[in-house]
Amino acid sequence: MKNLKYIYLKLFLFSGFIFTITVSCESNLWERDLSDEAVFATFSSSAEVFIDGFSGGLSYDPFGDSKLDAFSVDDQEKYSGTASMRFDVPNFGDPSGAYAGATFRDAIGRDLTDYDALTFYVKASQSATLNEVGFGNDFEENKYVVTLNNVPLSTNWTKIIIPIPDPSKLFRERGMFWYAEGPENGTGYTFWIDELKFEKLGTIAQPRPAILGGVDEFQETFIGNNFPITGTQTFNLGSGLNQTVSAAPSYFTYSSTNPEVARVNETGMVTILDSGTAKVTAILDGVLAEGSISFESLGEFDSAPTPPDRNPGDVISIFSDAYPNVQVDYYNGFFLDGFQTTKGGAPPLSIGGGEVINYTELNFVAIGTFLDVPPVNATAMTHLHVDIFVNEDLDSGDFIRLLLLNDVGQNETSGSFTIDDSTLIGNGWVSLDIPLSDFSGLNDRSQLGLLFFISDNTISNILVDNIYFYR
Amino acid sequence: MINKKNKIMNKKNKFRMRKNAIGYTYLILAISFFIVSGCTTDETQTVAKFTDLVWADEFDVDGAPNPDYWVYDLGTGINGWGNNELQSYTDLPENVIVQNGYLIISALEKEESFYTSGRLKTKGKFDQKYGRFEARIRLPNGKGLWPAFWMLGSNIEEERDDDLNTFQWPFCGEIDIIENAGSKPTIVSGAIHGPGYFGGSPILKEYDLVNDRVDTGFHVYGVEWGPDYINFYVDDILYNQITPSDLPNDPFPEDFYSTIYTDSVELELYREKWNTWVYDQPFYLLLNVAVGGLFDGAPNEETVFPQTMLVDYIRVYKGNFDNN
Repeated sequence: MKNLKYIYLKLFLFSGFIFTITVSCESNLWERDLSDEAVFATFSSSAEVFIDGFSGGLSYDPFGDSKLDAFSVDDQEKYSGTASMRFDVPNFGDPSGAYAGATFRDAIGRDLTDYDALTFYVKASQSATLNEVGFGNDFEENKYVVTLNNVPLSTNWTKIIIPIPDPSKLFRERGMFWYAEGPENGTGYTFWIDELKFEKLGTIAQPRPAILGGVDEFQETFIGNNFPITGTQTFNLGSGLNQTVSAAPSYFTYSSTNPEVARVNETGMVTILDSGTAKVTAILDGVLAEGSISFESLGEFDSAPTPPDRNPGDVISIFSDAYPNVQVDYYNGFFLDGFQTTKGGAPPLSIGGGEVINYTELNFVAIGTFLDVPPVNATAMTHLHVDIFVNEDLDSGDFIRLLLLNDVGQNETSGSFTIDDSTLIGNGWVSLDIPLSDFSGLNDRSQLGLLFFISDNTISNILVDNIYFYR
Repeated sequence: MINKKNKIMNKKNKFRMRKNAIGYTYLILAISFFIVSGCTTDETQTVAKFTDLVWADEFDVDGAPNPDYWVYDLGTGINGWGNNELQSYTDLPENVIVQNGYLIISALEKEESFYTSGRLKTKGKFDQKYGRFEARIRLPNGKGLWPAFWMLGSNIEEERDDDLNTFQWPFCGEIDIIENAGSKPTIVSGAIHGPGYFGGSPILKEYDLVNDRVDTGFHVYGVEWGPDYINFYVDDILYNQITPSDLPNDPFPEDFYSTIYTDSVELELYREKWNTWVYDQPFYLLLNVAVGGLFDGAPNEETVFPQTMLVDYIRVYKGNFDNN
């Protein structure tokens, strides 16, 4: 609401500005200054964030779960002047916080519309990769967050340029700078930032915005589905380097070929309202973003049956809205072996407050719990529950085979269970409770890492929900 | 209609500004003259002026470039025009066209790693010895793009015919008024290639636009060329002067050239030209957008096609030299 008010204020003042010029022309009073009414009610356009100390009005707000004392002012290391910003990234397991991360906020907000980049010099105590750094994080709406990911740091001072995706949006921005960085291979280290400021470089050019990774996506969906659109902005810097930053959804203006079917709000959230087809595209600062998403809405969603009420202590849930879920690596591993055709699952569909996995072009697909998350220990569990909706007509010989793989890549054992066409239902849900003992060959289920759904192309489109082990 | 009128007015304004700029140049040269005269005894030296517009293409007529002014270079030349360039030049409107007051040369990727583009020259239509040669250009962008506005000596011999009045490149001389490597959007360079300094080792100087770029707006790139000097400009900045004192003095590669010029009279002509100033005869103009080649390497996966070079005008002024 606040922002809206300022826009109207601006528009009003702008028309005053035009009026003033016109009057001046006709009365031949070019020498006179514009009247006081023509002056915009702007905010400070101060460029400096940290040169040798904080610019006025700036506060340091560490993220709640981070190492709160990671930041200090260092008068030993500096690129120029008398001091730099020092960030101490904790070691793995540091009780004071798992990572260093904070936002530096201006108390009132600044007008950054005349700048084209946030720039700074950075060096580190060792070569490292700074996970996330940017601006626009105001701990409020975070409407115009910009993030540069995976910035390589070395032990020499290097200038980093983070271009502003569309400066005209930042007429009152509070988030001057933010960062988040974890240990490198478990080890903490220190990095320093100096000469942190907004600049008008004049060499930020050739904008190439993109949504959804620049890919033209397609999704079968249902009424009530919510789909978030993420985007990036790429500029060619003066050095010739193409610099890509994540740009918050509000930098983009969205359009839908059929708003009755798919409507997008200013935070980039698509809501499916009716059956039919619609294509969503976006524009950033007058440039059409690469990438789009086309929806084919099949109408009302037939939710999976609500699973039986169990004691949560007797359930290990992989994917359900009824029980707390364990962490997973992915819902679709997209195996790069050239054989997997399965699309969907990443991310699951979000419909009416719940989620469901939608696989299309299925031949096989796997949910992974072994890469960056602990494997599932289902030793004490007795059954696997899963709800499957075959989203097409069922033919004789159609099947879905479930395969569980234990201790992926090490001492692998696996077992499978086939659901045949006599159990499955075309265009309808089936709820299955499969004894784990039926997964013949799975002698050890203490480190389950992969759950496969295999159809060998007999069934192409399925919805999956309520995947959990229980006893 | 209003736009058209504005455009004409803009052009008039630009021309007025240009005249002012020449006045400024005059001032700079005058100052340098006094400095120079302070340490030489040459009292006969006069200040160069380039005020007489003798040839210009404002690109105001839509369609193909004016055939009275321009000739197309077509195809891939020998060995990618001698530089391993990847494009094939065409005379198709998709590569070369005049539109809305601009000459537009477009480099296209027709299929993977196959490019077309355009190259125009005034050979046989217009050439001149000495003067100010300038063009207002917006350049393309991206690794592997190699746009240029340049000149070649009119006595260039394009195929071996033992004519003792013509010379093969680089003995004819080449003046690169402006070249740009698409991967360096703030850097341009001016150079000369001649006998003893050519190919990978021309006499070249870069100019950094600093806080500006070649591909976001127009800049005026020019040379002012007189007896024994060539001055290189970007907008109104003089950033280099090349004179005969800049020439190298490496020995003539007898073994190499004696296999090409087997006639002893001809060989002697080439030997005499080695390391000499060959910029005292008429040169003609060229404009092109190359893709790939030795200057900026091949395009990479981040290079976007099509890429365009927009030329607002080319203007050639005469110098006030006795032998012009």
